[in-house]
Amino acid sequence: MTRLDPQSRAAARGMSDLSIRNLFIIPTILFLIVFNIFPLLYSLGYSFTDFRASTNAPANFVGLQNYRELLNDPFIWNNFAITAKYVIVSVVGQVLVGFGVAMLLNRDIPFKGLLTTLLLLPMMLSMAVVGLFWKLLYDPSFGIINYALGLGRFEWLSNPDMALYAVALTDIWMWSPFVMLLSLAGLSAVPKHLYEAAAIDRAGPLYTFFRITLPLVAPILMIAIIFRTMEAFKTFDLAYILTSQPTTEVISIRLYKMAFQEWQTGRSCALAYIVLIMVLAITNIYVKYLNKVKER
Amino acid sequence: MAAVRTSTEVAMNRVAIAAVLVITLIFLAPIYWIASTAFKPRNLSTTIPPTVVFTPEVSPFVKLFTKRSQMRQQPTPEEYEAAPWWERIVFDGGEKVVRDGKGQVQWSPYPNRFMNSLIVAITSTVLAVGMGTFTAYGFSRFKMKGEGDLLFFILSTRMLPPVVVAIPMFLMYRAVGLNDTHWGLIILYTAFNLSFSVWLMKGFIDEIPKEYEEAALVDGYTRMQAFFKVVLPEAATGIAATAVFCFITAWNEYAFALIMTNRRAQTAPPFIPSQVGSGLPDWTVIAAGTFLFLLPVAIFTFLLRNHLLRGMSFGAIRK
Repeated sequence: MTRLDPQSRAAARGMSDLSIRNLFIIPTILFLIVFNIFPLLYSLGYSFTDFRASTNAPANFVGLQNYRELLNDPFIWNNFAITAKYVIVSVVGQVLVGFGVAMLLNRDIPFKGLLTTLLLLPMMLSMAVVGLFWKLLYDPSFGIINYALGLGRFEWLSNPDMALYAVALTDIWMWSPFVMLLSLAGLSAVPKHLYEAAAIDRAGPLYTFFRITLPLVAPILMIAIIFRTMEAFKTFDLAYILTSQPTTEVISIRLYKMAFQEWQTGRSCALAYIVLIMVLAITNIYVKYLNKVKER
Repeated sequence: MAAVRTSTEVAMNRVAIAAVLVITLIFLAPIYWIASTAFKPRNLSTTIPPTVVFTPEVSPFVKLFTKRSQMRQQPTPEEYEAAPWWERIVFDGGEKVVRDGKGQVQWSPYPNRFMNSLIVAITSTVLAVGMGTFTAYGFSRFKMKGEGDLLFFILSTRMLPPVVVAIPMFLMYRAVGLNDTHWGLIILYTAFNLSFSVWLMKGFIDEIPKEYEEAALVDGYTRMQAFFKVVLPEAATGIAATAVFCFITAWNEYAFALIMTNRRAQTAPPFIPSQVGSGLPDWTVIAAGTFLFLLPVAIFTFLLRNHLLRGMSFGAIRK
């Protein structure tokens, strides 16, 4: 009697492994194609037209005109510049605060688990609602931020020079915990014997930090940085709710206004594609890093 | 190494502990402030200096749930005596509860928006985690050509900016009548969470030893039976954690809800900020609505605390 391996014996009784695999995977792929890829193809088509969803006028094919005009529009470039500034301020802030707090937490501390969980709370909340209640905190006359810092009636959100930093500050509050969470995982994975060896060699704290801690935490920290860069690049909720200053009009807000307030549907589809290509480029780098860390 | 510590190390440690405590307090201050405002009398909500000590009230919650209008004249003592406790609170604020022709109390839009959020978040979570678990098992156990590319494709759908996807979806929904419906949002949130759920569940299922199912197959189970009776129970913790993450994402989502809904199916995230209109908003009522909305997420964060790292890194970092 020939001995069959378990898989083929089971296959002889029920569905084959191949059909089970297809049954399990194909519906998900189809669902994502129908509700993510198909709409994107649909809007790719519209990006070559002058379609306006607010009228019944038929769409006229205009070729690359939308793309050409957008890429030559100094206002759009200004929106990208605002977005870049926002990304840099908020991601640098999150890395400094998040990594700093992780360094402090990476030792024996009473109630460490509870403190860590409490510190992680902001990132779990709704950005829209966070934006709303930070409006109360930033209020120039009765906000507790001005009161706590003794700033009098300092304008945060209605001051064109300050508004973007105020939005970034809220984002830093919300997302430093994310960088902290990943940094803590990286720090706890650094082998203790490396520090012991460094201590025997009488290495200074700076040397230990730059030669041992930082290089070993770097891959996980990179994941945090790329992920936050991507999210900050896409940012919409916080800035949209907190202020309506032209100086905080990041690219997602411009896109939203173009599509749903000015109803320039064709043009907004073209802008959406320009944004999409940038996001996919960052995603690609992100996934490479994810896989790299996974393999370790 | 033995716990031989120099006095500087001990001092450094104390400084670090103190710093961590201070930072935690600063991080929690905004949340504490909105929560405490939800229990303040209106006249203490926007004082200078800020009011920290006060007698908590439930009046913001009464006002949150009722539709009210300004009163031209004081209620008569009989009216006031006959009114239930919550109506007296509204009278005390110089307002009255709006009733319809039959004398039924009219609700504010808040409970309706809250229910919409629950319906949309729960349904989309069940769909995303259900489909995601099957798909994750398929990827975890069977070899396939181009598996990495498919997984990248799945993840990349999660990274699309909501406004980019919303433009064509808005036009398509308008064509088929899904604008401002629960199902419209449920589909969008399911698609959004599906990729996340596949990635996270794949990590959990990868950790279940293949030998468990193989033993079941030897015992005469079919592959399907092995999946339902052996793999699913083993993956229960992972499924629960994934579901909570999907629920929170759907519960918190703003951009799609803002664009795709306006009244009937509107969820709480676009509704709550819209209460701050022109004029002087009653921050106690807004804070009460915010407090109730944030409460489930805060509770879930504590339940999830051991899975946060894994969830936030799409299952890449497991510790």
